[in-house]
Amino acid sequence: MSTAPSIEPSVPARRDFLGRLGKGLGILAAAEILAVVVAYLAPTRGGAGRGAGIVVAGPVGEFTPASVRPFPAGKFYLVRLSDGGFLALSSKCTHLGCTVPWSQKEQTFPCPCHASTFDLKGDVLAPPATRALDLFPVVIEGGIVKVDTSRRIERARFEPAQVTYL
Amino acid sequence: MGAGPAPERKPSGFSHLVLHLHPRLVPAAALPFQRTCGLGGAAAVLFLVLAVTGALLLVVYEPSPERAYGTVVRLVDEIPFGAFVRNAHHWAANGLVLVTLLHLLRVFYRGGHLPPRKGNWFVGVALLLLVVACAFTGYLLPWDQLAYWAVTISTGMLEYVPAAGATMLRAARGGPDIGPATLARFFVLHVAILPIALLLLLAFHFWLVRKVGGVILPADAGDEASPRGPLVLTSPHLTQREGAAALVVLAAVMLLAAVRNAPLLAQANPGMSPNPAKAPWYFMGVQELLVHLHPAFGAVAVPLLALVLLVLLPALGGGERPSGRWFGSPRGARLAMAATSLAVVVTVAAVVANEPLRRARPWFPGLPPAVRGGVIPLAVAVILVAVVAWVSRRRGGSRLEVVQAAFTFVAASFVVLTVVGVFFRGQGMALVMP
Repeated sequence: MSTAPSIEPSVPARRDFLGRLGKGLGILAAAEILAVVVAYLAPTRGGAGRGAGIVVAGPVGEFTPASVRPFPAGKFYLVRLSDGGFLALSSKCTHLGCTVPWSQKEQTFPCPCHASTFDLKGDVLAPPATRALDLFPVVIEGGIVKVDTSRRIERARFEPAQVTYL
Repeated sequence: MGAGPAPERKPSGFSHLVLHLHPRLVPAAALPFQRTCGLGGAAAVLFLVLAVTGALLLVVYEPSPERAYGTVVRLVDEIPFGAFVRNAHHWAANGLVLVTLLHLLRVFYRGGHLPPRKGNWFVGVALLLLVVACAFTGYLLPWDQLAYWAVTISTGMLEYVPAAGATMLRAARGGPDIGPATLARFFVLHVAILPIALLLLLAFHFWLVRKVGGVILPADAGDEASPRGPLVLTSPHLTQREGAAALVVLAAVMLLAAVRNAPLLAQANPGMSPNPAKAPWYFMGVQELLVHLHPAFGAVAVPLLALVLLVLLPALGGGERPSGRWFGSPRGARLAMAATSLAVVVTVAAVVANEPLRRARPWFPGLPPAVRGGVIPLAVAVILVAVVAWVSRRRGGSRLEVVQAAFTFVAASFVVLTVVGVFFRGQGMALVMP
C-alpha cells in the first residue's frame, strides 16, 4: 500500500518511452522501405562502356564548309563552319526536348514545338529556349571525323574553343 | 409529388447499395438539375466506363516500345469492336477531365468550397490532380508520334524545377529520354496505382458529402423549423434522376465512340518531332504560356501558383457563409461576368501583341531572360488580378464576391490560353485560324 505511490509515476514514463520507441522504429522501418523503393525505381546506367557511343562520320573531305549533315541514329548534326571547323550539335531542343530539324532555306534549326530557333553554331536566335544546343565531342583521327555521342556537353552559348579543327 | 407520405416499397438489393451512398430521405430542394448540373455524378459514371473499357483494353495491349503500337493497331483493325472500346475509353477519359473541371467550377460558384465543406474541397483538388495524372499517363501508351512528343514536352517541363529538376526528370522518365523505362512506369501508374488511389479518395469524397448532409442548398430552402425544407424519399425521387443522368452520360460516350475515332498517328519516331507538336488539350494552356514566358515560369511557377490559389480559395473566403446561390448574388454574377470579359480581352490582346515581339530583339537586352520573360509578365498579371479585386470591392462586392471575381479572371485567362493553344496554333506555333 505504501509502495504504490513510488511505483505509479514510473509506469506512465515507461509506457511513454515504449510508445515513443515503437513510433521511432515504425518511422525508421517506413524510411527503410521507402529507400528500397527509391533505389529499385532509380534509373540504372546503361551498360555501354567507353567508346560505345562513337559514331564514325566520315572523311574530312566529305564535308564542305558551311554545311550541315544530319545523323539521325546518333541524334546529332555534324556542322562544318565556313572556316572549316567542326561542331557536333545535339538535335534535342534545349527548351523541352523536341528534335529540331535543319532548315536549309533559313539556315537555322527551328524547333517545331515552341518555335525556339538556333543558328548554325547552335546559338539561340529566338526564345523560349535559354541555352545553345548541346554539343558532342568531335575528334579527327587520320582525316576521319568521329563523334562521341556518349558525352553530352551542355553550354550557355557558342564559344570558339568549342570548335574542332583539322 | 413531394413531401407527402410515399407508398411503402420494399427496397431491392440495388437500392440497398445506392442507399449506402445516400441517406433514406433527401431535401426536395436538392433535387433540381441546376443544383449540381449532375457533374459529380457524371464524373463517377465516366470513371466506371473507364474501368470497364480499360479492363478490356488491357487484354490486348502490351506495354513495350516494340509491341505497344502494334497491339493498338491490331486492336483498331482486327479485334471486333476494338476501335469502339478504345474510342469509348478515349472519350470517357477526356470527358472525365472536362467534367471534373466543370464540377470544380460548379462547387466554387455555389460556395461549396467554404466551411463546412472546406475539407472536401481539398479532397476534390487532389482528385482533379489524380484524374489529370491518369489521363496523362494513358496518353503515352499507344506509343505513336502524338503520345511520344506530347509526353516528351510535358515531362521536359520538370527540368525547370529549381534544384531538383534534373532528378525529377530522370525519375519521371526512368532515364534521360522517353524509352522502355518510361512506358513501364506510365503503364503501372495508369492501370494500377493511380486508379486505386482515385478509387480510395473517391470513396472518401462521397463519404464527406454524405457526412455534411448532402449538396449545398440555398439559404431560403426551408424555414426556421426545418432549414433544409421538406424531405422526400431518396428512392425513387433521387435514384431515378441519377439513373436517367447516368444513362445520358453513357449514351453520349457511346455515340461519340461510334462516330469519332481516337487519334492514332504513325509509330513513335524519336528522330522527328511533328510540326506542330502539341501537348494534350488539358496542358495546352501551360504550353501556350511556354511560348510566351521563360520556361521556369511557364512550366513551374505559374502552374504552381494556380494550384496554390485553388488550395487557398476556402481560406480567402474569410469565414463568410455561402449563400448556396449561383455566384452568391446577382451582383456577384455581374462582377464575375465583368472579370470574364476583361480576361478574354486582355489575354487575347497579350497573345496577339506578343506574336511579333517574341521573335524580335528584346526591348531590354541587358535584363536576364528570367526577369524579362518571367518576373515582369508575372508582376503585370498579379497587378491585373489586384485591379480586378479592387474594382469589385469599389462596386460593393462582398469579400466572397471579390475573391470570386479575381479567381474568375485567372480561370478565364487560362481557358482563353487553352483555346488559343488548341485551335489557333499551327506550324512552328505561329498564330493561325482554325
